[in-house]
Amino acid sequence: MIDHHAAPPPAGPVPWDKDFALRLLADMVRIRRMEEKSAEMYGAGKIRGFLHLYIGEEATAVGALHALSPEDNIVATYREHGHALVRGLDMAAIMAEMYGKREGCAHGRGGSMHLFDRATRLFGGNAIVGGGLPLAVGLGLAAKMQNENRVTACFFGDGAVAEGAFHESLNLAALWKLPVLFCCENNLYGMGTAIERSESQTDLCVKAASYNMPALRADGMDIVAVHKTTQDAVTRARAGQGPMFVEYQTYRFRAHSMFDAELYRQKAEVEEWKTRGPIHTFSARLKAEGKLTEAEFLAMDAAANAEVDAAVAFAEAGTWEPVEDLLREVMTPENAP
Amino acid sequence: MSRRLNYREAMREAMHEALVADPRVFLMGEDVGMYGGTYAFSKGFFDEFGPERIRDTPLSELGFVGAAIGAALGGMRPIVEVMTVNFSLLALDQIVNTAAAYRHMSGGQFSVPLVIRMTTGAGRQLAAQHSHSLEGWYAHIPGIRVLAPATIEDARGMLAPALADPDPVVIFEHAGLFNMEGELPDDWTVDIRSAKVRRVGTDVAIITHGGSLPKAMQAAEQLAAAGIEAEVVNLRVLRPLDTATITASVAKCHRAVVVDEGWRTGSLAAEVMARIMENVFFELDAPVARVCSEEVPIPYARHLEEAALPQPEKIVAAVKRMLG
Repeated sequence: MIDHHAAPPPAGPVPWDKDFALRLLADMVRIRRMEEKSAEMYGAGKIRGFLHLYIGEEATAVGALHALSPEDNIVATYREHGHALVRGLDMAAIMAEMYGKREGCAHGRGGSMHLFDRATRLFGGNAIVGGGLPLAVGLGLAAKMQNENRVTACFFGDGAVAEGAFHESLNLAALWKLPVLFCCENNLYGMGTAIERSESQTDLCVKAASYNMPALRADGMDIVAVHKTTQDAVTRARAGQGPMFVEYQTYRFRAHSMFDAELYRQKAEVEEWKTRGPIHTFSARLKAEGKLTEAEFLAMDAAANAEVDAAVAFAEAGTWEPVEDLLREVMTPENAP
Repeated sequence: MSRRLNYREAMREAMHEALVADPRVFLMGEDVGMYGGTYAFSKGFFDEFGPERIRDTPLSELGFVGAAIGAALGGMRPIVEVMTVNFSLLALDQIVNTAAAYRHMSGGQFSVPLVIRMTTGAGRQLAAQHSHSLEGWYAHIPGIRVLAPATIEDARGMLAPALADPDPVVIFEHAGLFNMEGELPDDWTVDIRSAKVRRVGTDVAIITHGGSLPKAMQAAEQLAAAGIEAEVVNLRVLRPLDTATITASVAKCHRAVVVDEGWRTGSLAAEVMARIMENVFFELDAPVARVCSEEVPIPYARHLEEAALPQPEKIVAAVKRMLG
């Protein structure tokens, strides 16, 4: 039986200079504020469809993505707002996309679950569980065949581990020694089904090992651990030593989506995990080390809120794609570059 | 000078040409390498181009088709061979949810320049799980182009434009055609936009594709012996359908029979009939007829399989019924 209880809050020294530490903290705060506002705008009817919030899991995307380089490829899931933001997509373009506006990163064709950004090599937002894994294998294959120094980081949840795509992809990547990182954000639930109710083997690293793929596990609530572990995996992949599986043990503080009454978990469990919240525990460690003052934190938070307000204003002012353009972007236009 | 070769040789030549011409092109799939291709389409390639570019895959249709999509996004020009349409069902998620939707859901940021080839069709006593003709399903999906090479010229000429296409192209090769021999004309270039009239006639338009084309041609010869001149249209491109060529032929002949190895209900034939009705209804002298597969999983026993599939005799009978 897997332990749903939270471990003690992340603690210990932060091996980063102040500037780097505050940049990562700021990114976590930016995600948190953006997600809170998204939920609010969903309630206001501005955002529709499915909306999956990343609140609670911020340390994973921020720590992992800061261990990657601009030339690397990112493949994500439908819970990808945070990854898109940290990767460098403009918050305004994300918000406008969730509003369904033409100014969104996909002109309103994708919505919350399909954020893409060619400039930062963000290959989506995939709303089929496990759907991104084969894609990541192919991106890794292309990089290898073209001798590009490019690692592909593929994010997915613990639910994806039950899909055939997971097993086929790990096998292919290991067989062909591709520079792919399989980044599993294990938040203990595939939608409303706890991992021990869906997996006969709940030690996910064992599954990777069965494909001859080394696996690392990190406390996904501890941004320092996430960053260090990802860095180790990236170094190995970049050196041509093949793929790697990384499990980030994390927790989703909010419901699966906006339609989830959370009947499958105890409130006490959620509260217990909140004591390990990645933002306040990291802030506390930085303050203890003299790398962060309360005033600095408040300024950071105010900046994030201002960015969110500007993003909302941008989305509100955005326009609707004309219905006459409905069939655009189904096929590539002739004479496209 | 035109020359004789068979369908398999024509397709092999087309792949060889593509591999020589563009270092981004590579072939992947089950037994495409050391084995030489399930149907010997890539015989000799493994030795000539090496295991990187002639890439054998495990039996992971979902995984390697998805990987081909990723490789296409990453700058390569993969040709992925799915052994047969039957096994493509294991890869359908990647084809429909990723390849076909990718450009649109990314707001036009990414195209997927991928070619997927697969064997289709029945007629070899392979029973229910190896005899599907599901190209009509694929033709339902926006975001992909669907081709059905039915002649030597199609087999030789369709791959190059498919590889040049920035979007996913799915090519269905009917197993009944592989040993078919024919003349390859000097100009064998094929445009992957239009259907082609294979036989000119005036009395009835027989509209078909893939493995049913030779059957339609045989039927047309039998009809000619009875004084009925049939026009035979090879659709070639199943998505997007070339409505203009279809309707021009029907408007000329005033009668049409659609022949399709897919099951009757919800078939590609139904779509062709709908387009005829929408566009040239008042040109028709008789209701449009169709000859499709019977509504049964394809049986093993030869006489039952033959009875389940479109045959020249069924096409002749349909035309004669129509002409009274």
